[in-house]
Amino acid sequence: MSRITEVLQQCRASGRKALVTYIVNGDPRPEVTLAAMHALVAAGADIIELGVPFSDPMAEGPVIQKGHERALVHHTSLAGCISLVGEFRQTNRETPVVLMGYANPLERMGYGAFGTAASAAGVDGLLTVDLPPEEASKLKQELAQLNLDTIYLIAPTTTEQRIASIVSLASGFVYYVSLKGVTGAGHLDADSVQQKVTEIRRHTALPLLVGFGIKDADSAKAIGACADGVVVGSVLVKAMGEATDQSCEDICQRLTEITASIRSGLDSLS
Amino acid sequence: MNKPIDYNAMPDASGHFGNFGGRFVSETLMHALDELQSIYDDVKNDPSFRAEFDKDLAHYVGRPSPLYFAERLTKKIGGAKIYLKREDLNHTGAHKVNNTIGQALLAKYTGKTRVIAETGAGQHGVASATVAARLGMECVVYMGAEDVKRQSLNVYRMKLLGATVVPVESGSKTLKDAMNEAMRDWVTNVDNTFYIIGTVAGPHPYPQLVRDFQCVIGREARQQCLAQEGTLPNALVACVGGGSNAIGLFHPFLSDDGVDIYGVEAGGLGVETGKHAAPLNDGVPGVLHGNRTYLMEDENGQIIETHSISAGLDYPGVGPEHAWLKDLGRVKYVAINDDEAMQAFRNLTLVEGIMPALETSHAMAYAEKLAQQRPKDEIILVNLSGRGDKDILTVAKIDGIEV
Repeated sequence: MSRITEVLQQCRASGRKALVTYIVNGDPRPEVTLAAMHALVAAGADIIELGVPFSDPMAEGPVIQKGHERALVHHTSLAGCISLVGEFRQTNRETPVVLMGYANPLERMGYGAFGTAASAAGVDGLLTVDLPPEEASKLKQELAQLNLDTIYLIAPTTTEQRIASIVSLASGFVYYVSLKGVTGAGHLDADSVQQKVTEIRRHTALPLLVGFGIKDADSAKAIGACADGVVVGSVLVKAMGEATDQSCEDICQRLTEITASIRSGLDSLS
Repeated sequence: MNKPIDYNAMPDASGHFGNFGGRFVSETLMHALDELQSIYDDVKNDPSFRAEFDKDLAHYVGRPSPLYFAERLTKKIGGAKIYLKREDLNHTGAHKVNNTIGQALLAKYTGKTRVIAETGAGQHGVASATVAARLGMECVVYMGAEDVKRQSLNVYRMKLLGATVVPVESGSKTLKDAMNEAMRDWVTNVDNTFYIIGTVAGPHPYPQLVRDFQCVIGREARQQCLAQEGTLPNALVACVGGGSNAIGLFHPFLSDDGVDIYGVEAGGLGVETGKHAAPLNDGVPGVLHGNRTYLMEDENGQIIETHSISAGLDYPGVGPEHAWLKDLGRVKYVAINDDEAMQAFRNLTLVEGIMPALETSHAMAYAEKLAQQRPKDEIILVNLSGRGDKDILTVAKIDGIEV
């Protein structure tokens, strides 16, 4: 059983809503990320989603775009993200880490080389925003052999037929994109999320996490009520952007506050 | 002997040209692309759609565009005969309008009320704003902030046509960033918005449908050359940024083995300097903007900044069909530097009284080189893809003149 499946099953069994937190590796400075990952876990994150910076992050809103830009100033690479996970694993063997990024750095490294290195370092899953299932079959093959989960997105525009075919390929969890738009957009509608989540659940028993547009305890609670958990990113990356000149400790403190507040929102549901 | 390649059979059903092309987008856009493909599959062989498209090309764009024998330039170069396919004489001054007319018709079929576009030099933005004005649709054009500066005339033209021009401040502030931003708009407003992509790149079916709309260039040129010279040309030359004017000219000739085909990329300060926009000469296959193609990137797969004097060629990728044709060896892709393009701009302006766009000047510069190497009875057909009025401020700046 993969680490992701194990953690999400435990959450389900104990009635806990899963919290996935996203930060960009190397943002705002490379030495912050490892400490930030540990801080997020301590503050209540169940899964870490580590953003792999890319020069052209097409699905990101302005906040996360800037996070990628700040990280790239330090030449943060996919290989660097993998070795960071290796460092994280030296003291944390429980919390799953999913790499989230775009296809081109992966293409450059090669699927095989990526899979081998990621698996050895203790990466648990991969979400590639611009690699829909139709283009992901080779990668999926490579990763499945290594017990790495391939996470796919489902969007408000995904038809029922596509939902059925996507969930049949997915492992770990299904990530529902709560709105039509980029990350961090401001027009979240809990009722329509609830509707779509019900539709997706008819096709899969996999845990269903919802992301895009969740920014505080209230929105986490509203969305968490109908899902297995939520993914939070822009609000954390925004804090990074506001703290570029602060010490690593101060940045981690700020991330802890945000995460703990969202955690308490989710915990009020159970 | 190998079976001849059926160039019309590409892309395949999943939108690939061999290893290239495809549909690399976030899930939110997949349905819109499926929908677009299904509408396009329905209309592309529908006689009434074709008739409407042909009527607009004839009466609104002003087609067919002439095939002009550049006699004085030919004499000056002293080699093969140089013929120019005059896309610069189209309404709005470039080949871009062939495609926007076609996509606007598709937009009408989809029932969307708003169109968006990305633009580099501004020609595609102007062509999109033009068709939007004609259809009474809202039009938003994304343009890199750097390009907004160097193509201010086209920015004003778009505004006069009622479009909103959004300067894009992210990344390198050029065409690739404009395309990122247009994708972000599309993903947000996918219900009411049609994205008019300006070149033969992007997710399937765009490379296919933009090619099909632009192929009018090659079909006309083929007939005109046969009528005027009694034979097919010996060589074709066109500039390649994304590659829509080039594929439009090349495609109807791909099965004519006797026709040599050259695509000319922007060599910037020189391919050997790394400061250029020539992915087919100096790039590697990768994934950007919805398709797999040759890209300019670093060792970590980050897209790198390109350089060209011409905003329309200043793009780190290229249409996937060109990537495929390169690997097949059917088209030869070469590069022309900024300086050589400028010289060709001046030559054609002074010798023929035709002021080419800086993009087009790259094709002209290579055609001159090629003509010198080829015998006088041969024919080189160049796609004169756009006129240079939009570039006079750039040229004046190089000359140190304030206009």
